[in-house]
Amino acid sequence: MKTLSYQVPSSETVILENDELETTFIKGPLKGHPKTLIIIPAYNEEKNIGAVLEAIQQKVPEIPILVINDGSADNTESVARSHGANVISLPYNSGYGVALQTGFIFATRKNFAIVIQMDSDGQHDPKNVKDLIDEVQKDDVDVVIGSRFLESGSYKSSFARRAGIFIFGKIASIFCGQKVTDPTSGFQALKGKAIHFAASDHYPPDYPDADFIILMHRYGLKVKEIPVTMHASPEKESMHHGHKTIYYVFKMFLSIFVTVLRNVSKR
Amino acid sequence: MPPKIQIISILICIFLVAYVFELVRRKHLNEEYSMGWLITGTSMLALSVSEGLLRWVSELVGATLFTSTLFFFGLLFLMIICLHFSIRISALTNQVRKLTQSIGILDLENKTLERQIRQPPWQSDSSNVEQL
Repeated sequence: MKTLSYQVPSSETVILENDELETTFIKGPLKGHPKTLIIIPAYNEEKNIGAVLEAIQQKVPEIPILVINDGSADNTESVARSHGANVISLPYNSGYGVALQTGFIFATRKNFAIVIQMDSDGQHDPKNVKDLIDEVQKDDVDVVIGSRFLESGSYKSSFARRAGIFIFGKIASIFCGQKVTDPTSGFQALKGKAIHFAASDHYPPDYPDADFIILMHRYGLKVKEIPVTMHASPEKESMHHGHKTIYYVFKMFLSIFVTVLRNVSKR
Repeated sequence: MPPKIQIISILICIFLVAYVFELVRRKHLNEEYSMGWLITGTSMLALSVSEGLLRWVSELVGATLFTSTLFFFGLLFLMIICLHFSIRISALTNQVRKLTQSIGILDLENKTLERQIRQPPWQSDSSNVEQL
């Protein structure tokens, strides 16, 4: 397995919309999987990352996990490594989007066909990983976003946060011409072209959010939402808290505005 | 214009231009960044030295006081320089971001290869580390 690891199917085998290929494709539970990678950006998550990795390996043991340690000051790197994950350590803290994009760049270099992005704080339930993979493998889908609002789950958060998600979801819905309920969700699955797009310079490097969903739609990628379970993250500062909230709202409006003004050629 | 402010202005401008030249000579300042400062310095020097030029420019922008013309252009040049810096900082930030990502990826690839070289191929550990 490991010595042949660089010759596993390239991304083309999956994104080709060709019936012949589809029939020869072995759809077994383990080996039939197109080359899939789970990427998890982590910053100072030594307390949570171990449990998160264990839960993922219990549900989908065949999928390799890549943790991008975003310059953590604690033992995130060694905890992740001891739980059997691959770790990319950025030399200093560069922010969520940069860490996440590192994962996408790595995935393009290693020809992964499907990339699942998850958060490191245990917010996302690994039981949904399979749903995301199944959904993203469908022909007319490039990106699947796990939404916490499509299902009447137990997700609790502050009013301001929900209001922000709601407003930017509405804006994204208008520009995409389809319903977007959870643009801030960090639980997504990307396939083929979408991975390359996320690894490119188009990617907004601070927080990919509603603006990136609009951008992907304008680029011609098909975005779809499916319901997922999200748990309120324990004792964790959300990245949209405090003084960053104002910057976040400002950045998102500006980013959406210029995204709409920009010319992005459809594929 | 009062002669006192004129002399002070001329001295400041001469000092600025000379200092920028010196910084470039010592390679403490790149030629690219010296441009803005040299243009600012010489233009302000020209405005401070030539009363006629200052009067003409003041009438052009509608300033009633000659000193406010000097301040106006000083501020304008500084704004242009600051904007130029913001653009350059953005470019540098993007470059640093790409470097950071490459270093992280190269480091993982390097470690994976090292492990593969040290480990005979018939041995494999149970973790999914080697799957990449």
